[in-house]
Amino acid sequence: MFRKILSPFARFFEFHARTHYRTERHSMALTLGIIVAAGVGGFVEIAPLFTIDDTVEAAPDMRLYTPLEQAGRDIYIREGCYACHSQMIRTLQDEVDRYGPYSLAVESQYDHPMLWGSKRTGPDLARLGNKYSDDWHVRHLVDPRAVVPESVMPQYAFLLDETLETESLPDRLAALRAVGVPYSDAQIANADADARGQARPETDAAGGASARYGEATNIRHFDGQEDRVTEMDALVAYLQILGGLTDAAFENRPLEED
Amino acid sequence: MMERLTGAERQIALMICVVMAIVGLVMAAAGHGDPMGSHGAIVLIAAGITTLFVLRAIGEPEPAEDRTVNYYDDPTKAGLVIALFWAVVGMGMGVWVAAQLAWPDLRFDAAWSSFGRIRPVHTSGVIFGFGGNALIATSYHVMQRTSRARLAGHVSPWFVLLGFNLFCIVAASGYLMGVTQSKEYAEPEWYADIWLVIVWVTYFVLYIRTLARRNEPHIYVANWYYLAFILVMAMLHIVNNLAVPASFTAAKSYSAFSGVQDAMTQWWYGHNAVAFFLTAGFLGMLYYFLPKRAERPIYSYRLSILSFWGIVFFYIWVGSHHLHYTALPQWVQTLGMTFSVMLLVPSWASAGNALMTLNGAWHKVRDDATLRFMMVAAVFYGLSTFEGSFMAVRAVNSLSHYTDWTVGHVHAGAMGWVALITFGSIYSVVPLLWKRETMYSWKLVEWHFWLALAGTVIYVFAMWNSGIIQGLMWRTYTDSGTLAYSFTDTLVAMHPYYVARACGGALFLTGAILAAYNVYMTIRHAPEKRPERDYPTSSKAAEPAVPAAE
Ligand code: HEM
Ligand code: HEM
Repeated sequence: MFRKILSPFARFFEFHARTHYRTERHSMALTLGIIVAAGVGGFVEIAPLFTIDDTVEAAPDMRLYTPLEQAGRDIYIREGCYACHSQMIRTLQDEVDRYGPYSLAVESQYDHPMLWGSKRTGPDLARLGNKYSDDWHVRHLVDPRAVVPESVMPQYAFLLDETLETESLPDRLAALRAVGVPYSDAQIANADADARGQARPETDAAGGASARYGEATNIRHFDGQEDRVTEMDALVAYLQILGGLTDAAFENRPLEED
Repeated sequence: MMERLTGAERQIALMICVVMAIVGLVMAAAGHGDPMGSHGAIVLIAAGITTLFVLRAIGEPEPAEDRTVNYYDDPTKAGLVIALFWAVVGMGMGVWVAAQLAWPDLRFDAAWSSFGRIRPVHTSGVIFGFGGNALIATSYHVMQRTSRARLAGHVSPWFVLLGFNLFCIVAASGYLMGVTQSKEYAEPEWYADIWLVIVWVTYFVLYIRTLARRNEPHIYVANWYYLAFILVMAMLHIVNNLAVPASFTAAKSYSAFSGVQDAMTQWWYGHNAVAFFLTAGFLGMLYYFLPKRAERPIYSYRLSILSFWGIVFFYIWVGSHHLHYTALPQWVQTLGMTFSVMLLVPSWASAGNALMTLNGAWHKVRDDATLRFMMVAAVFYGLSTFEGSFMAVRAVNSLSHYTDWTVGHVHAGAMGWVALITFGSIYSVVPLLWKRETMYSWKLVEWHFWLALAGTVIYVFAMWNSGIIQGLMWRTYTDSGTLAYSFTDTLVAMHPYYVARACGGALFLTGAILAAYNVYMTIRHAPEKRPERDYPTSSKAAEPAVPAAE
């Protein structure tokens, strides 16, 4: 019985070993074999994600990162924050209770690249926006252990002194448009001014930022310094928008049973 | 270094150096004020140093040797020494990274020294610097011996080796300056990625051309694995790094993919970097050096075919087990889980094949620390693949994901398997290449073995504990239905394990330093001995490339 079940496998095995013994004399046959065998899986799993429509939910209220927030995101990447913080709340009850509604695909639709993360040395940040005040963030980034004594996070006090480089923002937004983020020509052309305007509410440029990115845009001195726009401004502006690009996740979605 | 090159070859080498210097100069000028400019300067310096080496050789007399009767081992030797250098740097960084988690103020307040910037220096340093150089060097060795033919070319092996190291240096220095794409194990920016493609294509051509010269009808198993490593890494690297630079005079670029598609592409890359860099290549090492050292044939040829194609085919599917319970569609998660479990079969077939090969040579394993390195590596390979398949099950992953359990799994594989098989191979090949009787000190090898084993065990147990404790604390509820522990409560619970991990890592690092010292002393001081029959030959009777099987 057992032998009978196994015999087709055994024959296949035998056949395979023989054919292989012959083909392994040809390096190009091996090369092709490897490419084909290794090509299948990736193709089957990745290609449909681009074509199946319900992979990413529809969220008409989805907004874009402002240039200041995008600059903050670039700093988040530069400093490697993603190495310790995830931005992906899983569909598990305790995560929803701890961090908020679970993350939807649409929320990172404009994230090039995504920052879902793979290790939580610190807590998840997907719903961080508006959870703490700007002032809390600045104090925390300047000296984490002054705010959370047990924290193992590095301090980033130098961000408060670094003037934010904004001249390259039009190029950066243009590159983002090239990969699929729908920035308008006006948004790209004014990226530099809009970034500075968002952190200087008293200037004229602030009006430009809210005109181009919506009334709901956070416009304030994120780092508390009135005279200049620093990297701290950008990073805090980014942290305050996390989870706030769309309300889609907050619409009542019960956890699927697993 | 270059004295075995003919005059024409030296000129080609010089031309390549000059082109590189120009590239460096252009990058430095165009990227002025951006990290790309500093990278230009690094390229320029690297090209300058190589030029000096070539220029020194260019006046020398041409080599008189008959190339058909010798293997070309100079690049292999250089590659092994560089690999040991990266081992010390990369693992040193690992200990520092580990120490920062235990004592967060250990960073001296500089911007470049924060955890987020030096962690990728550790991962790239050990994976690419240490692992990659060891793979390139041993592949040169193995492809020549198993084909019984000399390397096809004398400039291209150097180009691949040095070009790859330039990539590693640009990568590591970039992280310290904050240049990163944030994609794990694919952090370097666009110009470094393009450069790696050029290097890699040269590597492939070199490999295929050497195989084409072989005096042996069959291509030995080890070469299949090296070939899979080269080919699939190229495929993964090119797709995952597709990006649009914000400007051609600056480092920053944006990935072509976003959100869920990017997540899937990244972990398709990420897990197959594990599969084809950290597994396939090192299995190539295992399949050559283990039977050679044990002086026994591979237990089963058929098992090795089965496991080879199983690994190549199944692994590609499993990336989605990094994304369980996320916004990735469930059908992809299920596919990833299923294939991960099936992957256990070819993985254990490889590990079993290695251990069965040792059957009958256990007395050698007992007496010879070098062989013991390889034996324990095979055991850890079996262990970490079992653990991996287990963690890929959705229910288990809900606990392990995001915790130190993953880190424990990584290092059971990385330290227990990758590093140990590499050290075993280095100890068995160094005396042969430098024509020495034995390693300078077998006692140091023995010490290294026990330090490495102890370090790995301490590290892995600490992380298993901390990971499982943290995972459980996160999901514990009080009787009234609220979460029992705050995030900081779990941090406090981690502290002792982080200290233990740093200690285990320090032991492992000490072992690596001993290895570097021992190799240095072997080159310098061990008594000389010409190996018998280590040259290309077309006669089968003289020496089977590896002990003959079946
Ligand atoms: C001296 C020994 C080592 C020490 C002390 C060490 C320490 C560390 C630490 C502290 C981390 C960061 C974990 C975290 O973020 O929580 C890490 C990550 C990592 N290390 Fe090591 N390591 C060592 C050896 C190695 C070796 C030999 C390899 C590979 C060949 C390796 C590969 C990795 C990888 C791939 C990661 C990333 C893990 C992930 O993203 O989940 N390490 N290591
Ligand atoms: C049958 C073989 C294996 C399977 C099915 C497997 C499965 C897994 C799973 C489920 C994870 C956790 C993903 C997550 O929750 O984030 C993981 C992480 C990892 N594994 Fe394995 N594993 C296998 C073998 C290995 C081996 C041999 C190595 C090493 C040399 C290795 C290195 C890693 C690394 C580096 C990560 C961490 C990735 C990251 O988060 O950055 N794995 N693996």
